[in-house]
Amino acid sequence: MVRESSIMKIHYYTGLAAIVLVAIHILFRLTVPEGYSASLEYENVIANYKNISYSLVLELILVTVAIHGFNGLRVILLELRQGDGWESAVKWLCIAGAVAVIVYGTRTILLASMMG
Amino acid sequence: MAKRVKIRVFRYNPAHDTDARYDEFEVEAERWTTVLDALLYIKAHKDHSIALRYSCRMASCGSCGMLINGIPRLACYTKVYELGSDVVTCRPLPNFPIIRDLAADFTAFFAKHKSMKPYIINEVAESIDGREFIQKPEEVEKYLQFSYCIKCGLCYAACPTVATDRRFPGPQALAQMYRYLIDSRDKATDERLRIVDDRHGVWRCHFAGSCSMVCPKGVDPALGIQLLRAYLLGMNRDSKVVAELYRREPK
Ligand code: HEM
Ligand code: SF4
Ligand code: FES
Repeated sequence: MVRESSIMKIHYYTGLAAIVLVAIHILFRLTVPEGYSASLEYENVIANYKNISYSLVLELILVTVAIHGFNGLRVILLELRQGDGWESAVKWLCIAGAVAVIVYGTRTILLASMMG
Repeated sequence: MAKRVKIRVFRYNPAHDTDARYDEFEVEAERWTTVLDALLYIKAHKDHSIALRYSCRMASCGSCGMLINGIPRLACYTKVYELGSDVVTCRPLPNFPIIRDLAADFTAFFAKHKSMKPYIINEVAESIDGREFIQKPEEVEKYLQFSYCIKCGLCYAACPTVATDRRFPGPQALAQMYRYLIDSRDKATDERLRIVDDRHGVWRCHFAGSCSMVCPKGVDPALGIQLLRAYLLGMNRDSKVVAELYRREPK
């Protein structure tokens, strides 16, 4: 069984990593030559995905926030109600939720980067 | 100078009442009258059926905890005057089942305390034969404040995590776990860490700090929990060296 301290270490590291990665992500937008609002135009957004380091940052945000967010949800739900059935359901639902979000998000990033 | 105050007492007997109610009593309070004095006066002269628990009347036994004007306090350690109000409302401690009126059921609270193994675990201590553990003052200071705990349950009543997670040991038990973990005479470090490194263990503290606000004995349970957590994260591991037995030579 995974120790709670290991899970919480991951929670703190992914939380901190999310802050850094989201900051980098926002800096990406602010530093484009066309300016911030132009960077939100459809063509520019799609073009961003062609930039491998930009996509990589997006993927990392996806993974860290999904793990952190679903573990945060697990913590909240465990404190809300107790009972062995509930607790194992919460555990599996949160693992499944994180995996589903990561798979679906990765698919979106891949599709956007392959769009002509 | 005495002043007249209204004491509102929570009344509820789970065995036959469907609803709780407040009974109100007028009493004279002097500057030195404690809430416990006022309640015992009411019990002696106005309504002897009120249930409450007390013993030492001097903040030592930890049995008179109750919610007084919304804050968990010891009735014997709270003067009516210091509340600064003409109305004093007494309720049983939250987060505890009610036995009757102001008397709360401490069974689960004590069981959680017991599950922390609140005693020194060290096989050497069994064969002490005239020798003793020597502790430096710095080593004593690491656990001293936590050893002042009188198990009154005020911190447990104030804790927002205890309110929703009934498997959470609570600030009292976790602070006692740190008290024994960091005691240089104790050897059961790994066993202790395993007990609190649980889904409902030390990680479920979110540092609201209300436990430390209400403790009447100057214990800082929130600090104990953070130190325990830091220890689990490997941050202050070198702060403990297990003591050895010495024979003190006669001078
Ligand atoms: C997706 C929704 C999110 C949920 C449900 C969530 C949930 C939580 C919870 C419950 C905690 C407290 C853990 C504890 O004390 O036991 C926490 C801590 C933390 N979160 Fe999140 N979080 C989310 C998103 C984020 C994001 C986007 C960031 C950063 C940009 C972040 C950064 C942090 C950090 C640094 C901590 C550690 C601080 C602490 O323990 O109090 N979180 N999160
Ligand atoms: S830590 Fe303080 S408030 Fe909590 S049980 Fe001990 S003496 Fe009471
Ligand atoms: S009566 Fe003992 S602590 Fe109040």
